[in-house]
Amino acid sequence: MIEIESGTRRFPPTALSAEVATAPSVSFPAAKESAASPDKHPERRSSKGSFDVEAMRAEFPILSQQVNGHPLSYLDNGATTQKPQRVIDTLRRYYESDNANIHRGLHSLSERATRDCDKARETIRSFINASDQREIIFVRGTTEALNLVAQSYARPRLQADDEILITTLEHHSNIVPWQLVCRQTGAKLRVAPIHDSGELDLEALKGMLGPRTRVVALTHVSNALGTVNPVADIIEMARAQGAITVLDGAQAVAHGAIDVQDLNCDFYAFSGHKVYGPTGIGVLFGRKCLLEEMEPWQGGGDMIRTVSFEESTWNELPYRFEAGTPNIAGIIGLGAAIEFMASIDMDAVVAHEKDLLAYATEALDGLSNIRIIGTARHKAGILSFVMDGVHPHDIGTIADQHGVAIRAGHHCAMPLMKRYRVPATSRASLALYNDRKDIDALVTSLQKTKEIFRL
Amino acid sequence: MSDLRELYEEVILDHNRNPRNYPRRPEKTNHSAHGFNPVCGDEFFVHLHVDENGIIQDIGFDGAGCAISTASASLMTEALKGLHTDEVERLFGQVHSLLTEERQVGGPDDFLGKLTVLTGVKQYPMRVKCATLAWHTMRAAIADDSETVCTE
Ligand SMILES: Cc1ncc(COP(=O)(O)O)c(C=O)c1O
Repeated sequence: MIEIESGTRRFPPTALSAEVATAPSVSFPAAKESAASPDKHPERRSSKGSFDVEAMRAEFPILSQQVNGHPLSYLDNGATTQKPQRVIDTLRRYYESDNANIHRGLHSLSERATRDCDKARETIRSFINASDQREIIFVRGTTEALNLVAQSYARPRLQADDEILITTLEHHSNIVPWQLVCRQTGAKLRVAPIHDSGELDLEALKGMLGPRTRVVALTHVSNALGTVNPVADIIEMARAQGAITVLDGAQAVAHGAIDVQDLNCDFYAFSGHKVYGPTGIGVLFGRKCLLEEMEPWQGGGDMIRTVSFEESTWNELPYRFEAGTPNIAGIIGLGAAIEFMASIDMDAVVAHEKDLLAYATEALDGLSNIRIIGTARHKAGILSFVMDGVHPHDIGTIADQHGVAIRAGHHCAMPLMKRYRVPATSRASLALYNDRKDIDALVTSLQKTKEIFRL
Repeated sequence: MSDLRELYEEVILDHNRNPRNYPRRPEKTNHSAHGFNPVCGDEFFVHLHVDENGIIQDIGFDGAGCAISTASASLMTEALKGLHTDEVERLFGQVHSLLTEERQVGGPDDFLGKLTVLTGVKQYPMRVKCATLAWHTMRAAIADDSETVCTE
């Protein structure tokens, strides 16, 4: 029997009041007030002299194509980023000349592949400033990393009435793994609320932390709204209560320097494909002392030291958590992507993306019928919006006809959409190769949308 | 951009802005179903009153979706009123082929009528599921299938 909710409205309004919490301190560079104010003249180059967008774009071969008769404006970087030529070349070179299994063969190819994987691990360690290579575990992506922590750390340790604290901003991949653990252990999932601006309600979060809190898992940067969370402060508060901290860095790594020692988190997860690397590869950073205490999650080859039918013993870190033949090309490709990131001035990238976000925000604010969702003071390059009377899907199709790739949907954050009482939003998400022409193309397509829908 | 005008055809825009039989659950409803597209969040409830002879006496829908799914649902409610449930499958087949195949409309056994405005959707394969959501939901309602219909 299905009930009609009385008064069902198709585009329920949301209350985006300006209510905000006291200024949180934020360690993420994107949150620092370092960027220049947006200049009023659209031009290809960033207002920061040291950052040459044109040169950056030239590194990404995919960007030079036309889509539906227009130059591609790729603004779906939150979903996945494009790959620079050097990453593509690295993948190709691996398959053309080095392809072999690692840690197994005595032959030259295996030796080369093994060496390149080891090198990638070191590149990544250094990039996020982990203290030890053994703290870098290769996984399929953020999702697998979070599931690993949930199953291998949390599940054996949590008991009924223990609490896992997450936030309203989380991606499904930082919700569902914890729900599974709750179901398995009887622990309770608690969810810290946000303000209408999309900033965490820190007072409320603080009030929810207590002696029962065993795990605090939260996103560094919200994929749906762009909010940069004051994670260093939250980690400190969580540690004071004896909880371990798990950061979802999927949207953070490409947009600011990460220092896991400085953050002092216990786990940090990210996906290669969102940081200019290949799909199917990601990283879990885990504090060594915690990883050492954890049982393996998956069993198989490479993760063992000895196997007999009575008993097996585990390999050392990080291999204990890397059962089976890994995504070797992915690891090496990710290494190349991180080398690329390490070779550019992150402060300049942060400033460039911030400048572009300000430019885009101003442009969208100037369009009637459009409402930006997520107006936190500290945002990474993500712009979520709704247009009154037009579904995000229709906007997405029309944008695509203008060569503009944006995402329309719930962004794997259904509870967050519910919080704002919208079924979905349109989202433009930036990367270092985007420029003002991309934003201008988006604006043109939005104007066209309004024209078609007679708004 | 003429393509976009084909997709967002006048009739479609009209039915999106003023969906017919919406939001409505006929008083004598005896078949209902829930349809949901988890990818985009489109969600519809379709309610029918089918009489003892199998004739669809009344139909209404409720929920929210994009212009294509809303207009298609609205047009569907207009097209189905008075049809026998046996004819529904045939009409659905025609709509489906209109959306997915190079099909000539206006043949002798064609009873698509106004539904031909959906023809522009064919150029947008990603949107076909939008146009069919209400239809799948309606079929589930007639079949008394209580599972939520998913189109992805
Ligand atoms: C904040 C956030 N967390 C987690 C994920 C999941 O990443 P992946 O699908 O690469 O595992 C994403 C990607 O959509 C994300 O944006």
